[in-house]
Amino acid sequence: MKKIWQFIFKKRADIKQETVRRTVLSFSVFTCCVLAGCVIMYGISHAPEDRSMKRPLRIVSNVNEKIFSSLSDTGHLVKTYPVSKAVKKVRVNGNIGMSSDFDAAKWKLRVLKSNGDTLFLTLDEIKALPKTEIVFDFKCIEGWSQVTHWAGVRFSDFIHKYDLDTEANMNYTGLITPDKAYYVGIDRESMIHPQTLLCYEMNGKPLPLDQGYPLRLIIPVKYGIKHLKRIGTIYFKNDKPADYWAEQGYDYYSGH
Amino acid sequence: MPALLVKTIVEKHPLAIRWFHWINFPVLGVMVWSGLLIYWANDVYRIGWGDRTILKFFPDSFYKALHVPFHLADGMAWHFCFMWLFFINGLLYVTYTCVSGEWRQLLPDRHSFKDAWAVVLHDLHIRKTMPPQGKYNGAQRIAYSAIIVMGFGSLVTGLAIYKPVQFGWLCTLCGGYEAARIIHFALTIGYVLFFIIHIVQVILAGWRNFRSMVAGFDIEESKPS
Repeated sequence: MKKIWQFIFKKRADIKQETVRRTVLSFSVFTCCVLAGCVIMYGISHAPEDRSMKRPLRIVSNVNEKIFSSLSDTGHLVKTYPVSKAVKKVRVNGNIGMSSDFDAAKWKLRVLKSNGDTLFLTLDEIKALPKTEIVFDFKCIEGWSQVTHWAGVRFSDFIHKYDLDTEANMNYTGLITPDKAYYVGIDRESMIHPQTLLCYEMNGKPLPLDQGYPLRLIIPVKYGIKHLKRIGTIYFKNDKPADYWAEQGYDYYSGH
Repeated sequence: MPALLVKTIVEKHPLAIRWFHWINFPVLGVMVWSGLLIYWANDVYRIGWGDRTILKFFPDSFYKALHVPFHLADGMAWHFCFMWLFFINGLLYVTYTCVSGEWRQLLPDRHSFKDAWAVVLHDLHIRKTMPPQGKYNGAQRIAYSAIIVMGFGSLVTGLAIYKPVQFGWLCTLCGGYEAARIIHFALTIGYVLFFIIHIVQVILAGWRNFRSMVAGFDIEESKPS
C-alpha cells in the first residue's frame, strides 16, 4: 500500500520514472472523472419523471422560471407591428380541445369565483367591454413565428369589470376548453400583463372555428402552447393548475 | 553516433485549462445533441436557391438513424439545464485566461494571419516547413480565439431566442428572432466542423500532444548546454 502511495505521490528525479508517475496519476484521475460524468448522465436520463420530465431537469426548469420571471414585469411590452405586417393566412397548428360536437350557440364563458359562485357570460357581454387590438410576432415553441393581428378585451380590463381582483391576485389562472381536453395554467404577472387578451377577432373578423371561436386566449409573453383556443372555463388558484403541455414534459412557464 | 539530448519535463497546459477543456467537451456535446432535438421541430434550413436544394438540414435518414423525431420537450429540458454549465464553464475559462496571462499565448497577433496561411499550406503538404511558433501556431491562435467568440455568440443568440420578449433588445441586436435562430444554428454547425478538424489534428499530433492536455506536461529534448 505504502509503495503504491509513494509511486503515485512522490516526485521522482529520474525523467522516465517521473513521466510514468505523472501520466499514470493524471490518467487515473481523468478516467475517474469520465466515469463520474457517465454516472451523472445515466443518473439524469434514468431519474424518475415529474410530469414527463426527468426530475433533475424539472428542478432546473423551475429554477429557470423563477430567475426569468423575476426579470420580467408587467410594464415590459412585447414588440408590436403595423396591421399591414400581419399575415393573411394564419397557421393552424393544433386541434386538441376542439371537439367537433361543440355547440357554439349554447356557449357561455364560465368563470369560477373564489366564493363558490360561477359567472356565466355570453360573447356579446364580453364584446361590450373596451376592445384592444394587437399585432405581434406569435411564437411557437417549435421554433417558427408569424406576425398576426388579434382583437379582444384585455384580461386586466375584464377582471376589473367583473370584480375579479381578489381572484386574479392568486398566483395562477387556469383555463380549460369546453370538452376539458386542453388546459393551461398561467402565472399572475403574465395574465394581468396589458397585452394579454380574451380574444374574439382575428384579422378584423370573428375568430374562425379552428382558431378558437368564440373566445381564445392571446398572451404574447408566452409561447403558442399557452394561447388556449375556445375557452370554456376560467378559474384561479394559488398552486399551479394542471397544464396539458407541462404534463407532456414541457416547461410549465413557457414564457419568453 | 546520435547526438546526446537531455530530456526535461516542461509544463504545457495549466490544470485549470485542462479542467475547463474536458468539462466543455461533454457539456457542448449535450448542447449540440439537445439542440438537434429542438431544431427538428422546425427544421427549415437548407443550402440551395429557389426550388433547388443542395443540402437539407437534415435528411430524414439522418434523423431516423439518431432517433431524433418527437423529442422536442426532452431537447428543451436538457438544453435549458446544461446551458448553465456551458455558460459558467465558459465564463470561468475566459476569466482564468485573462487573469493568468494565458491570453498572450492564445490571442492572434500581427503575425498570426500570415503564419496561419503557412500552417494550412504545411498541413496540406504544399509547404515543407512550419513557421516558427510559441505554444500555439498562428492557425491555432485564430481557431482557439474564434471558438470563444463563437461561444459568446451562441450564448447571446441563444438568450435572444429563449427569451425574445424579456431580452427584446438583444433579439433586435441579433437582427430579429428568425436571424438569431439562424445564427445560433450556423454556430452549432461551426462547432461540429471545428470538432472534426480538432480530432484529426489531435490524432496527427500524436500521443505526447494528447497527454499534455490530460497530464499537463510535455517532454522537451535539448542539447546539453
